[in-house]
Amino acid sequence: MFNDTITAISTKLGNSAISIIRVSGKDSISLVNSIFRGKDLTKVDSHTINYGYIKDGKEDIDEVLVSIMKSPRTYTKEDIVEINCHGGVSPTLKIFELLQEKGARKAEPGEFTKRAFLNGRIDLTEAEAVMDMINSKTDRSRKEALSGIEGNLRKYITTFRNKLKYILANIEVNIDYPEYYDIEEITKEDIKKVIEELEIDLKELIKKSEERQIIKNGIKTVIIGRPNVGKSSILNTLLKEDKAIVTDIEGTTRDIVEGSIIFDGIELSLIDTAGIRETDNIVEKIGVEKSLSLIDDANLIIVVLNGNEKLTENDIYILDKVKDKNPIIVLNKNDLEQKIDLKDYKFKHIVSTNTKEINGIDSLKEEIKKMFKLNEIEEDDYTYLTNDRQLFYAKKALNNLNDAKTSFNNDEPIDIIEIDLKSVFENLGNITGENYSEELLDELFANFCVGK
Amino acid sequence: MNYDVIVVGGGHAGIEACLSCARLNHKILLVTGNIENIADMPCNPSIGGPAKGIVVREIDALGGEMAKNTDKSSLQMKMLNTKKGPAVRALRAQADKVLYKEEMLKTLQNQDNLDIKEGLVKELIIEDKKVTGVILETEEQIKSKAVILTTGTYLKGAILVGSTKKEGGPHGEKASNYLSPFLEKLGFNIIRLKTGTPPRIEKSSVDFSKMTIENGSDEDLTFSYDNTTALASTHKIPCHLIYTNEKTHNIIKGHLNESSMYGGYVEGVGPRYCPSIEDKVVRFSDKERHQLFLEPESLSYDDMYLQGFSTSMPYYVQEEMVHSLSGLENAKITKYAYAIEYDAIDSKQIKPTLETKLIENLYTAGQINGTSGYEEAAGQGLLAGINASLKLEGKEPLILKRNESYIGVLIDDLVTKGVKDPYRLLTSRAEYRLLLRDDNADLRLREYGHNVGLISDEIYNKFLLKKEKIEELTNLLKETKITPKKEINEKLKKMNTSPLKDGVTLYEFLKRPEITLNNLEEFINLDYDDDIKKEVEINIKYEGYIKKSMEEAEKMLALEDKNLPLDINYDAIPNIASEAKEKLKEIRPLTLGQASRISGVNPADISILSVYLKKKGE
Repeated sequence: MFNDTITAISTKLGNSAISIIRVSGKDSISLVNSIFRGKDLTKVDSHTINYGYIKDGKEDIDEVLVSIMKSPRTYTKEDIVEINCHGGVSPTLKIFELLQEKGARKAEPGEFTKRAFLNGRIDLTEAEAVMDMINSKTDRSRKEALSGIEGNLRKYITTFRNKLKYILANIEVNIDYPEYYDIEEITKEDIKKVIEELEIDLKELIKKSEERQIIKNGIKTVIIGRPNVGKSSILNTLLKEDKAIVTDIEGTTRDIVEGSIIFDGIELSLIDTAGIRETDNIVEKIGVEKSLSLIDDANLIIVVLNGNEKLTENDIYILDKVKDKNPIIVLNKNDLEQKIDLKDYKFKHIVSTNTKEINGIDSLKEEIKKMFKLNEIEEDDYTYLTNDRQLFYAKKALNNLNDAKTSFNNDEPIDIIEIDLKSVFENLGNITGENYSEELLDELFANFCVGK
Repeated sequence: MNYDVIVVGGGHAGIEACLSCARLNHKILLVTGNIENIADMPCNPSIGGPAKGIVVREIDALGGEMAKNTDKSSLQMKMLNTKKGPAVRALRAQADKVLYKEEMLKTLQNQDNLDIKEGLVKELIIEDKKVTGVILETEEQIKSKAVILTTGTYLKGAILVGSTKKEGGPHGEKASNYLSPFLEKLGFNIIRLKTGTPPRIEKSSVDFSKMTIENGSDEDLTFSYDNTTALASTHKIPCHLIYTNEKTHNIIKGHLNESSMYGGYVEGVGPRYCPSIEDKVVRFSDKERHQLFLEPESLSYDDMYLQGFSTSMPYYVQEEMVHSLSGLENAKITKYAYAIEYDAIDSKQIKPTLETKLIENLYTAGQINGTSGYEEAAGQGLLAGINASLKLEGKEPLILKRNESYIGVLIDDLVTKGVKDPYRLLTSRAEYRLLLRDDNADLRLREYGHNVGLISDEIYNKFLLKKEKIEELTNLLKETKITPKKEINEKLKKMNTSPLKDGVTLYEFLKRPEITLNNLEEFINLDYDDDIKKEVEINIKYEGYIKKSMEEAEKMLALEDKNLPLDINYDAIPNIASEAKEKLKEIRPLTLGQASRISGVNPADISILSVYLKKKGE
């Protein structure tokens, strides 16, 4: 009945033991299968639970249990897949994003219920409730379309779209009126220029918006350092509870531990890591690799070094990994004699701490505030995408741009490249709620002199 | 005598309507003002072009006549946009206007079940909201089960030149002054449209040495998919290119108030895409010149058509304007340019079958629906004829979808969006144009033509054979693998492509931008017809893009399967926005898909509508 596949996180996003991500629709099984390492899910029986890993390309993201429920004996009467993953915010969101990248659409509030009703699964009384919900959603989206996005964001997006609109209309006029020799035939160089400009602007907009999202959703913070420099002590001081196992034996913190603190109204999700060092211990090796992979994912990296010692090989190994990622360098144990020397590095954020004194890590807290400009967050820049829907379309537009670039590099004809450029235009229009076909025709006839 | 269907008007829409009904064994009467004007081309002497040329191919695939008749009477054929991708290539013919009429009249006169009668229709006979015949201006009554109106520009037609306005059709024919007021009384909203045509020049008075020659394609091309090449004309008569100049523009600016358009004598809305030369000079005042084509109209007479120079200036200004053009200093104008105004109905009042919503068994096609262009008219005429026939036979109608034909795009646009200015098909109106190509109209539509009964078994079997061959060649490419052997890589080097590192199927290999299907002759036997090779090559080379378009189309089709009852009470559905409610009540879309394309109807309204439908169904 419905053509698209929807997905949602069904459990509360937080630090529970497990999270459940639900997918419904005709492609749900094949879609999950495409990011699943384990049995071929398209071949397993209905109503079975399957063990394996969710992977992003070749990289495993999380160990999961996947329930396969085939139509029609399901809540929505469609094929449903439920992914049980570890309850951390990070893996849950990552899997959720991955599903959307593969083509699932983020479900609207109540959409599973709506499908259940439309597919004849639930009865009329329940449906009345659904109607109420759809209504509220409608009002909100209408208001949003009328007033919400107006202003800076609309202006910003409109500038993008106008650049594209002119190019598109020009391509179209070349197609529909091929023998108008005075109309400049648009060249691939013209298109290339626009693609490149747009890509820079759009990436910037997405980055800025994601930073806002980070602030809204919590700063994902990774603490790394070689064993026994006091990472866990710093984490625990921040959390004020003994969550990580803190010992003096090297390599005892093997699991990635999460906790979060509220910090001037902003959530800081803290992830402790196994110590990073070269090791032959297989269990520990896995931990080390995992720690390194977390670096790429984090919004904030805190590197802990022992100020009381000179840099070791392991320290240098770590510093090399993070030197381009704008980390905060913590020189711990400043209650002891400082022997460390960082003059070969150019880090912007260096603080000195200890966990023995009551206010020993205040300098770290201050540095985090400074780094995320937490003091000036109420600034008046509204030129960013405020919700997931907008961000979703902006990312789609960026994908279309990349496709256009690929076509361009393959030397495809202009009207083939235009297919993707039109999608960019359309997806940008989806952000601001504009319809495209008439607009393009108006542009065409307003700017080009053609006719009998 | 009682007829099954009466067709009113013998233009391009009327002809296709008559022929399709008659070929489906219904008894047809064609009523026309003047038999001599049947199949007339009152404006440009060309058929086809971007989008329109594909419509002509679609007409052929469905069993219509326009393609074959154009092939018989062409003066030159040109494949346009050959340097662009496969989706936008299109064929255009310069047609001999006299030959076109003669050939078409022969076809009509040889057609069984078809009578032709001269006369003007004054009123329709309506019984219980159902049409049952026509009344001529002579008061003669003729009964029929259905009526198709294809009246062109004749409904209250008025010719405008300068400050003068004269009742009448294109050739000084009598206008039809009673039918549109009658339709208005029945409840149709009548709109007033305008179009125009440029002057005709006597060939012997033209100095061609000052002009650039514009030739057609060298190969012998045809619109028709059937093997009619033997009948097709092989003429290759050139057109000529010239430009307006500063002098021309100054004359126009100096006399602007004398033109019908700028003097305020025109009430109708002209097409955006077909501005008159005075419009071009005013709106694009920064342009130093505008290009014009001098096109032959026929081998049997001397007129040349001056494309790009349509105007409603008085005769004496037209003389000055024409003589300011290089090569036309001493030109003799054989027919002056004019603008024409006419009545049309609001196309939102017709169904996707082209039957009117107000009167059962009454169909409309062509300019009366607000379109312009011979091809647009013919496409609608064919579908109106097919659907009138299917209804008489008690069968399901044929509604072409946006992802399967330009005719489908055209009709859907008309009935869903309506028109403000005369509607012309453009490739930009088709969202799935990569699927709607010149090369595959038969693959898209032959099946329908055969099911309806307009495509004979013989032709259909040939078509099936073509399909088989396409599959055979595709499979051959999928099954044949080349490996990085020395001799193979040496062959590749000669093709200017990089050597292989791993084995690869020819199917994948063909995706390399620099490789064409003909290159593969080195590895397999390519003894296939050119059209089959072309089809296979396009499908493989553009596979990714075609797939993307098909996915988009499928999203649209999912909504297209959900029917909306015509008697749905939109006022009784809570929570639909009032603007959407008004539009839905006006247009009464047949499917959720159609509803979603109405401007002013938002996705939220569509969700509410689908919930309502489901609820009602229980």
